[in-house]
Amino acid sequence: MRRYLIAIIGLAAVAGAAFWLLTEPSLLPPPDVPEKAPDLANGEYMFFAGGCASCHAAPGAKGEAKLRLTGGLEMKTHFGTFNVPNISPDREAGIGGWTNADFVAAMTRGVSPDGRHYYPAFPYTSYQRMTAADLIDLKGFIDSLPPVATAVADHDLRFPFSIRRGLGLWKLVYLDGMEFTPDPALNAEQNRGAYLATGPGHCIECHSPRDPFGGLDRGRAFAGGPAAEGDGWVPNLTPDPTGLADWSAREIASSLKDGFLPDFDSFGGAMVAVQENTARLTDADRAAIAAFLKSLRPIANAPAPKPAASDGG
Amino acid sequence: MTFRAAILGFAALSAAATMAVASDDPIKTRKAMMKSVGDSMKVVVPMVKGEVDYDAMKAEQAIRVIQDVATNVVNYFPAGSETGGETEAAPKIWEDMAGFKASAASLEADAGAAATAAAGGLDAFRAAFGKMAGNCKACHEDYRIKKN
Repeated sequence: MRRYLIAIIGLAAVAGAAFWLLTEPSLLPPPDVPEKAPDLANGEYMFFAGGCASCHAAPGAKGEAKLRLTGGLEMKTHFGTFNVPNISPDREAGIGGWTNADFVAAMTRGVSPDGRHYYPAFPYTSYQRMTAADLIDLKGFIDSLPPVATAVADHDLRFPFSIRRGLGLWKLVYLDGMEFTPDPALNAEQNRGAYLATGPGHCIECHSPRDPFGGLDRGRAFAGGPAAEGDGWVPNLTPDPTGLADWSAREIASSLKDGFLPDFDSFGGAMVAVQENTARLTDADRAAIAAFLKSLRPIANAPAPKPAASDGG
Repeated sequence: MTFRAAILGFAALSAAATMAVASDDPIKTRKAMMKSVGDSMKVVVPMVKGEVDYDAMKAEQAIRVIQDVATNVVNYFPAGSETGGETEAAPKIWEDMAGFKASAASLEADAGAAATAAAGGLDAFRAAFGKMAGNCKACHEDYRIKKN
């Protein structure tokens, strides 16, 4: 009996040690960060392409207030509540004082300067695709914004998701650390769209199904699925009849510009903030996103039919 | 002028009739009302985009339907109609009815201004229409949840 107990304790210790080693944030290969002065105009463009303000500005902020990256938005998911952090260039409350290497490590490895894992509610699984040049430009632009000293509470998550270290295992499965590489089967316009939609624009994050561990189902990317927050449905963007088969590339690009769908309905929910960002892209980039979406393999995915309403009212 | 008044009167009447017929089912009624907004947009947007010739009367008529919906639609979200009937109404409507009504009032005012601007020619109309159209997504951002 005693021998079994020792064996169990021994196994637990080995498992614990393995967990500790496998989840060590510094084990992720450091990103390549070239020396370069930031191009602030491109940084601003990436800021809007990336939708940073949609989550990191104060909830409900409009216009200039969107450039105050005070954080504080509560994302209520079934893992718990994520409190979006302050990423203004404030040295205490925000990310002021970060080096380019710190910023690139956060965006592509999901690791903080003090060596902790970030939760993937921060979509580094997409931002890892960004070029180092775009990332450095983006950091330069964020550094030019007003510092805000607002402190934001830590996330409030359910066990076991509350164990930050566990994200090391999650990353072994879901984070490949690969920068975007053009698909030789696509033309230059479609590849630009692919970069925007799977990299900075992170369209893929909301518009793809996820598995029970919160990982993207990349085999069914862009096929839509249940919203991470609330009980809504995020539309299927593939050219399937359950997706955007009926939309022309022009209609897709147009909706990203003015917020109206081909049937004259309007965007709603989180897509309103997204469209305020895509409205700032060039016509060529909106067309590129549309061309990329049209190049996707059609995947059938629609919400399961609801049980009949009890009283129709 | 009489003809124009008759058309506008007819449009208002038919909108009112829609509401009267379906008023025992608030979800169906409000969905029909939102559909009529979409139908109006189908008339107006091609004019604003220059895809069809501008017709001041048709534009005003379409916008008056939207204005009418903005005035009345808030009455079709009674307690007990939060779910069912494939509603896409967000719970926030009932948590913040005052904010929801303020959104509708903003649309009502901007639609009124656009309807009035219609007679002033396409450029005047386009500006007022743009302001009105911003209400769609502003309200849908907070108060609608897409379910399909």
